[in-house]
Amino acid sequence: MPAAGVVMIVAVLLIVAAVVYFLVSTIVALRKITSGLDDAIAGVVQIIEKSAPVKEVVDDINANLDAGVDLLEGLLVKKAGLRDAIGLVDGLYPGAGAAGLRNVPESGQIKPPRIGGVYTRGTLTLARLGREAPIAAASPNGPALRNPAYGSGAAGTLYPLGRPAHSDSLPRSPVIGSDSPVQYDPEVEVGAPRKRLPATAGALSPESEGS
Amino acid sequence: MILEWIGDAILLLVVLPIVIYLLRGVLSAATSIVPSVGAISGAATQGSADLDAVPLLLTTQERVSQTIGVVADYGGSLDVILDDHQEA
Repeated sequence: MPAAGVVMIVAVLLIVAAVVYFLVSTIVALRKITSGLDDAIAGVVQIIEKSAPVKEVVDDINANLDAGVDLLEGLLVKKAGLRDAIGLVDGLYPGAGAAGLRNVPESGQIKPPRIGGVYTRGTLTLARLGREAPIAAASPNGPALRNPAYGSGAAGTLYPLGRPAHSDSLPRSPVIGSDSPVQYDPEVEVGAPRKRLPATAGALSPESEGS
Repeated sequence: MILEWIGDAILLLVVLPIVIYLLRGVLSAATSIVPSVGAISGAATQGSADLDAVPLLLTTQERVSQTIGVVADYGGSLDVILDDHQEA
């Protein structure tokens, strides 16, 4: 056999060996890909099965919440009026008044009154006066002005032995009228010390009054 | 005779490198897909595990329904108790 033929056979064998090597390696890689895709498909199928009822449930929840929003908005507008309703919403959630109420699209054009500010000032005034103002405990700018839980106990400390009842001997109310035992002339007494008039019959003397 | 040697040279110097180059490209493309498929499989498994809490939505649905019912009751009572807004 000529040398050129031998070299050709060797060259063909090299080509065939290279083809076999790379094709087998490719087959192994494709088998790994197939196995991985099988796992991925199983996971995706589980996702599909688990998420199937989500839309129905979420739609039902949204429908219920929509009904609640309609109810509360309608009640608020009915009881407070549209302008004050926007003011209340804006007072609770600053800036929300601009969005308006969902069922009243034109409500976003209303300038919200400062209802929140008025209520805050009134609440703080009550708290400073010592009245019951439990909301003072939620003062956003610092600690509560008074303890809302034990606020009424502070007044009790003024009477450690208990709050006294009325006195047994209260001073008598003055007797007025033309027949009253003590008479005075307003024209004479205006701007001057009260003049003691002589006692009349039936009137008690100072000594007897003091006894 | 010379033509045979030329044919051998073409086989060894041209055909063999081209075959190796092409097959190596196919192999590298196939092996590069394997890690991506593994990542997709892991993400799908984790996504499936994350959806294990979906049945809790049924509890949420029930609670929302009950809450809206209570709100409706309170709203009806407030509607009776409070006077309606009167325009000044």
